[in-house]
Amino acid sequence: MPTTRTAPPGAISPGTAPDVPPAPEALRVVPARHYARWTAAVVVLVLVAQFVHGLATNPVWEWGVFRAYVLSETIVQAVWVTLQLTAYATVLGFLLGTVLAFMRLSRSPVLQTVAWTYIWIFRSIPMIVQLVFWFNLSALYDRLGVGIPFGPVFWSVDSDSLIGTIGAAVIGLTLHQAAYAAEIVRGGVISVDHGQSEAAAALGIPRLRQIRRIVLPQAMRAILPTAGNEIIGLLKGTSVVYVMAIGELFYQVQVVYGRNGRVIPLLLVATAWYVVLTSLLSVAQYYVERRYARGADRTPPPTPLQRARRFVRDLRAAAARRDQPVVPLNPLGESR
Amino acid sequence: MSEVMVDVHGVHKSFGPLQVLRGVDLQVRAGEVTVILGPSGSGKSTLLRTINHLEKVDQGWISIDGELIGYRRSGGKLHELKEKDVLKQRTGIGFVFQTFNLFPHLTVLDNLVEAPVSALRRPRKEAEETARRLLDRVGLADKADAYPRRLSGGQQQRVAIARALALGPKVLLFDEPTSALDPELVGEVLDVIRDLAGTGTTMIVVTHEIGFAREVADTVVFMDGGGVVEQGPPAAVLDDPRHERTRAFLSKVL
Repeated sequence: MPTTRTAPPGAISPGTAPDVPPAPEALRVVPARHYARWTAAVVVLVLVAQFVHGLATNPVWEWGVFRAYVLSETIVQAVWVTLQLTAYATVLGFLLGTVLAFMRLSRSPVLQTVAWTYIWIFRSIPMIVQLVFWFNLSALYDRLGVGIPFGPVFWSVDSDSLIGTIGAAVIGLTLHQAAYAAEIVRGGVISVDHGQSEAAAALGIPRLRQIRRIVLPQAMRAILPTAGNEIIGLLKGTSVVYVMAIGELFYQVQVVYGRNGRVIPLLLVATAWYVVLTSLLSVAQYYVERRYARGADRTPPPTPLQRARRFVRDLRAAAARRDQPVVPLNPLGESR
Repeated sequence: MSEVMVDVHGVHKSFGPLQVLRGVDLQVRAGEVTVILGPSGSGKSTLLRTINHLEKVDQGWISIDGELIGYRRSGGKLHELKEKDVLKQRTGIGFVFQTFNLFPHLTVLDNLVEAPVSALRRPRKEAEETARRLLDRVGLADKADAYPRRLSGGQQQRVAIARALALGPKVLLFDEPTSALDPELVGEVLDVIRDLAGTGTTMIVVTHEIGFAREVADTVVFMDGGGVVEQGPPAAVLDDPRHERTRAFLSKVL
């Protein structure tokens, strides 16, 4: 039978294809079946269920001991020390790191070399080795003083009494952190389009102001994700200072299980706190990143809080609609 | 005749082994518009960037309104100025970039207010008033609180022009202000520059828009191979060029 239309190339069965295609709404779409994906999901869910079941029922976890210690005064105080160490080392480390970054970016070969050497050395020494060095500072420098370089000293103090153990830990963490922070900040700064500082220079904006107001805020977008990693790493890294017998979380937990022998539940206590603190930092990071994304995204997506609010609002609106009588209102306005 | 505002004298500039400017002389009188034409690589943009000392010259000197740019002369020597003093000199020289270079993290208003407040120490309120007036002048009064990336290319370049004007410069330099724009957006930017020319602002414009040069320029300068080949009123240079190289260039772009 001669037809005026020929089937297009690749048509499934030209012999049975109707000359006139059916109306689009008559064709039902059958989604592809992903059998392998479903099987994998089931296997993973079973494994997860087994694990959770084990957590809940295995007596070794001793959840009673966990509950007794997780909010105890000793532990909460140790968490506070951990937080303090993290905060000091973060702030001081990033301040020193920013200075080092701009030294490396400066035009002075002396500053460049000094900054490069600093980063090279402090990235090369394991943090734990460095901390023990600082712990033994008084062996290295008995007294610290102020005076003319290579000349007489006007004022000096016993290094142990000046710095103390916590101070030594903060210095160790800071110097270590600064080396990494310097590279993160430098990476952020060189990611900013050169035209930005050129435009700022062409407008006569003072040099420091160019950095603070034009370059750094834009560099923050590249700095923040990595900096977030670093700060979280640092929070957990503070557990290394247990070698200096400072009462931070991990040290205190060890002290407690050394006394009562309940190793597993107390390690759980430490784990739970590290997870909570890391989660809080992650949330903070999300909001700080949003702030520095201003002007970058055409419409920034809503925050989880905004999304939750909208969800509640939508629910209420839906409920209000449901409560309304289905029957159109009596035009006379009187139902009884 | 009005006095010389921009005086470029025997300027040489090399980038490594590449000699970009080989002894450029150029005088721009106050209130005049000078358009610089020339093939790419002829040194037009570099010349413009030496005028506000974004590039240092290797030899020669540049002065604006009688003041040496980037150097201080004492006796037979030129002493390089400190960055702080160069930055101060730049507040008198507006520069408009090919790629706008607006600050994307600041609103349009803050883009205009930043330099007057930080470089000239003007009170913020006063700077904001000036900024709003300038935005009105470039037809973007309603965009004061928008972020630059939400604007079209043409609008961004108009903001950039307003930002350069916010310092009240003696000279405005335009480095191919329409080259990064879609063809239909070129007109709105040229309109703004044309308006400025009408108000007697001293301007040097590097561009490829021959029609604009013919209409707005007081002087057209043709550059090639790092030097000025010829200059004069647009009618003379564009319609009756004396040099073979000018003729060859114009025959290609017209």
